[in-house]
Amino acid sequence: MYKYDNFDQTIVNERVEQFRGQTQRFLSGELSEEEYRPLRLMNGLYIQRHAPMLRVAIPYGLLSSKQMRMLAQIAREYDKNYAHFSTRQNLQYNWPDLERVPDILADLASVEMHAVQTSGNCIRNTTSDQFAGIAPDEIEDPRPYCEIIRQWSTFHPEFSYLPRKFKIAVSGATHDRAAVRVHDIGLYLVKNGQGETGFEVIVGGGLGRTPYIGPTIRSFLEKKDLLSYLEAILRVYNRYGRRDNIYKARIKILVNELGKEEFTKQVEEEWQHIKNSVLILDQKEIDRVKAYFTEPDYDQNAGDDTGFESALNENSAFTSWASRNLADHKVAGYKAVVVSLKAPGIAPGDATDAQMDFIADIADEYSHGEIVVTHDQNLVLPHVKQADLFTLWNKLSEQGLATPNIGLLTDMICCPGLDFCSLANAGSIPIAKQINEKFDDLDYLHDIGDIKIKMSGCMNACGHHHVGHIGILGVNKKGEEYYQLTLGGSAENDAALGDRLGPAFAKAEVANVIESLIQVYINNRDEDERFLDTYRRIGMEPFKEKVYENN
Amino acid sequence: MRIIKDRQIVYDDWTLVREVVTDDEVSSGKVIVPLAYWQQHRDVLLKTNEKHAIWIDGDNETEALLDDLSNFDLIALDFPTFKDGRSYSHARLLRQRYGFEKELRAIGDILRDQLFYLMRCGFNSFELRQDKDAEDALKAFNDFTVRYQAAADDAVPVYKLR
Repeated sequence: MYKYDNFDQTIVNERVEQFRGQTQRFLSGELSEEEYRPLRLMNGLYIQRHAPMLRVAIPYGLLSSKQMRMLAQIAREYDKNYAHFSTRQNLQYNWPDLERVPDILADLASVEMHAVQTSGNCIRNTTSDQFAGIAPDEIEDPRPYCEIIRQWSTFHPEFSYLPRKFKIAVSGATHDRAAVRVHDIGLYLVKNGQGETGFEVIVGGGLGRTPYIGPTIRSFLEKKDLLSYLEAILRVYNRYGRRDNIYKARIKILVNELGKEEFTKQVEEEWQHIKNSVLILDQKEIDRVKAYFTEPDYDQNAGDDTGFESALNENSAFTSWASRNLADHKVAGYKAVVVSLKAPGIAPGDATDAQMDFIADIADEYSHGEIVVTHDQNLVLPHVKQADLFTLWNKLSEQGLATPNIGLLTDMICCPGLDFCSLANAGSIPIAKQINEKFDDLDYLHDIGDIKIKMSGCMNACGHHHVGHIGILGVNKKGEEYYQLTLGGSAENDAALGDRLGPAFAKAEVANVIESLIQVYINNRDEDERFLDTYRRIGMEPFKEKVYENN
Repeated sequence: MRIIKDRQIVYDDWTLVREVVTDDEVSSGKVIVPLAYWQQHRDVLLKTNEKHAIWIDGDNETEALLDDLSNFDLIALDFPTFKDGRSYSHARLLRQRYGFEKELRAIGDILRDQLFYLMRCGFNSFELRQDKDAEDALKAFNDFTVRYQAAADDAVPVYKLR
């Protein structure tokens, strides 16, 4: 993984000192709340319902075991012994003291981490595929480009006061696991007719109040032009993005108001001015960054193992876990293990300090010290020998980290909701709990199979409800929490926004409604058809009829 | 008045005229007039005044200045609020694309914590908000010794130094 050199370390250290000064000036009254607010936000610090919330950047989701241990230590020392992994592959602390945040940042800097630009109207953490570097369907590893974008966008002087936040995702595989089309800029690594690798550029996707699937504005961009093209897009947005209305300020609105053709024309025109400038990305730099993402020393004989196969035959609980929580690895005899942070009774994405320490230890023992945060709020151990899987599963089970539910109904995406967030209209975590209690039969969950439930406690859509196969949106109706459901969304290659089911449901009804929806699916599915495919085939009507039959 | 120019606190004899009420008030001396006023009274101003300066805000296109650029001794870009970042782009365009080499001044809601970025985008003078301490603000220019990306200052992408 990427290692800081002197330049990287210096800039992070200087940021800690800058923020320490800013916080001191705020605490002494020199800076008003209004002046301090964007400064703290650009360092991921929100003032929330109960306490400040600090969001730590995990660039493209990749962590070393050493960094994970530091995250655990911070949870212990400055917070309430746990932390929350977010849908943007970041980590959030819910209870730090404002006064101590500079110290947390200094601790983070000691392990090459930071909270730079994890909030505010600037370019946020670039996200990617959780199986980057190991996926069999990968065209090229996207992480070196994510790192190059991270460096280019860090403290970019022109783009630090954008109309609104700005999120970039990069995927290098044929299967989109990074929700690329619902980002402000999405990049797919693709091959052109000559067999060269470059980027397909998508702009103006997004969720929130006005969701859009982003259109492609350039089908092939050479690698050397990556930064100049990004700069052209950002400049057009910075100049012309709306600033009069916070809800219309994202780039998706600009793209939509101008139209894809006109927007593209403006970007291309701007790009002509700067494409042959100092922004040209040298192959030497690409190679330098790529050299950090080399493969670990794989055991070439790992595929000879037969123990995994026999364990599968002997232990049905292990089989159940293996069928859901493993992903294919490009090297024979290796698997990626998905550690579920969706155990029943736990807020989705939460991990305790002890669990984080434990994951760091097993990453050292079994996965070359690497851990990846997924955008659906689980963790991946990317390089596990199949011969180690049974032992590893036993160890994970002891820590409550082997819930065999990856991709299943209880593997929900869920925002912090009313319990923590000051923007929320309704709770998310209690609904996740309710659904977990309703669907507590593992065999049934496995029978239902692949389904993505995504839940947000307000229109801001941090839980990506628009692109859930079943989306749940919390709303406030006359002081009561209600829930609006959508069906048929997807964040993958076939990206689509969900269709509204009908009137919202009272809090106590949500899990019952999900159960009815699942029954309709089970009664109508063709063999091993997924929920989403059945919905696409039979449409909304049968679901609607069943759910509202008593009204 | 006291402003920050080229990283120093200096007394400055330009007068910023936010809104021109009578032509007399801008008919001599060093005045910074609104772009619209300049456009209407260009020929008169060129005759009566020796030095010329205008101010624009984010709504004005930098491209609207191109024919006159060589006439200006100073261009001031206004930040109605420090969160309005359009003038960062405008400053870079004026400096890097259109070759404006004279004084580029940031006016309006100008605070210490934006100075580093403003400087990097090509501003060389700053009319700090009245209630802020200029001595203190000077420290902001030293916030960072490393710059990852090129802008309108002398930085090159840091990787070229590696």
